[in-house]
Amino acid sequence: MTIDAISEALDYGLPLSSDDAGPKPTRSLRARREPLADTSAQLRRLAEVELIDANGARIEFERTLAGAGCGALLPAALEVFQINIGKLCNMTCRHCHVDAGPDRTDAMMTRETIDACLWALDKTDAHTVDITGGAAELHPHFRDLVEACVARGKHVIDRCNLTVLLLPRFHDLPAWLAERGVEVVCSLPHYRRLSTDRQRGDGTYEKSIEALRRLNAVGYGKGDPRRRLTLMTNPVGAFLAPAQASAEPEWKAALARDHGIAFDRLIALNNMPISRYLEWLDASGNLAAYMQRLVDAFNPAAVDGVMCRNTISISWDGFVYDCDFNQMLDLSCAGEGGPMHVRDFDPAAFARRRIVTRRHCFGCTAGAGSSCGGATA
Amino acid sequence: MSGYFDPQHLADFTKIGEGSKELADKFFSYYGAVFADGALTAREKSLIALAVAHAVQCPYCIDAYSNDALAKGADQEQMTEAVHVACAIRGGASLVHGLQMMGHVKKAGM
Repeated sequence: MTIDAISEALDYGLPLSSDDAGPKPTRSLRARREPLADTSAQLRRLAEVELIDANGARIEFERTLAGAGCGALLPAALEVFQINIGKLCNMTCRHCHVDAGPDRTDAMMTRETIDACLWALDKTDAHTVDITGGAAELHPHFRDLVEACVARGKHVIDRCNLTVLLLPRFHDLPAWLAERGVEVVCSLPHYRRLSTDRQRGDGTYEKSIEALRRLNAVGYGKGDPRRRLTLMTNPVGAFLAPAQASAEPEWKAALARDHGIAFDRLIALNNMPISRYLEWLDASGNLAAYMQRLVDAFNPAAVDGVMCRNTISISWDGFVYDCDFNQMLDLSCAGEGGPMHVRDFDPAAFARRRIVTRRHCFGCTAGAGSSCGGATA
Repeated sequence: MSGYFDPQHLADFTKIGEGSKELADKFFSYYGAVFADGALTAREKSLIALAVAHAVQCPYCIDAYSNDALAKGADQEQMTEAVHVACAIRGGASLVHGLQMMGHVKKAGM
């Protein structure tokens, strides 16, 4: 079955591979059969980067933690249940750490696995369910999953790329999400057009602004805790995310002034040297300097709040990871007896796991720190 | 060193303290305070620094504040406008001195 045929079968109103469905500055690594589509190749590339400290020793994340007196990363109380329900996306952004795109119909969570996630969720005290993708909304069971989590009294987050809301199939979605009190966390690299379109493709900015207008129109972004609209910025290039607290008022003023758009909060994330962002860093000659920048910006104060400590991350095929980034590198959580599947989820064993780290982890501890919830320090 | 400007000097800037640690410490302490959030945001100060870097034609500062402004959330259009501010002031400063020239011409001429 072709991608377009699948799009039609799922009734999005537009073939996902078309530019009208969403801007596409590149294609997925998988579609291009790039070596980095293999996660072991990504890990090898990261390991090859020459990172040497002043004493000539090779720099590794765990050694840096120990040197700063932080000790090993240990799990904290589980608060966030993050589910990646698939890598299918209407966009193909240059920096995507998921390698999502319209061709990724190979990575879609089955109904059985969704049910297993809900079963596992019930065994935890997690207060938040964070639903991500790809464009999570494209999944045929997305609304069922949201309903099930809302019914359980969970705070539900929809990680939204904004442009997906313009697909004919989803014109009712802002109001539907608002009725259920779902927080919408939207990707918008910059409050201005140039940087946004460079990273996510020409036309992204205009579509994103229109999507934000639709969210505002149903009550999002105006201080109502049941209509929380969060914008998520990430650097458009090989540098760190801006300071979240000082950037937020600037963003609010600019979007209000230029477009009459309101939002509730801004979170700033560093880009992780994974997948297509890793590809871009390498191809543009920025990889070594970026990795050094992350190492130089290591901030011990950012360690306590990293997401791997309070989050469980479930992949489309139901495996359990410490975080979304480890998931994308196939670094399964190191539970007793090897990789853990959500259908076998054991909260006690999960709490005893050893958090898996590699060099990409410097991305979460650089500067003000970075997690799915924004700055950590 | 093969020329007057060496990019490594930017990374080695703090080594200037080898000549006079006390004065270097005072400078870097002051420097850090200047660029902290205050009545102006750190981002605004970074854009000012970028413009001044072009006015004083310091390649180290242009390198440092190009990266710093990006990391503080500025975009290329905003940074280019900052450079034009430097350009306008530099150009205007030359041009306004033209009034001195005109004074000399009027005094010396018939």
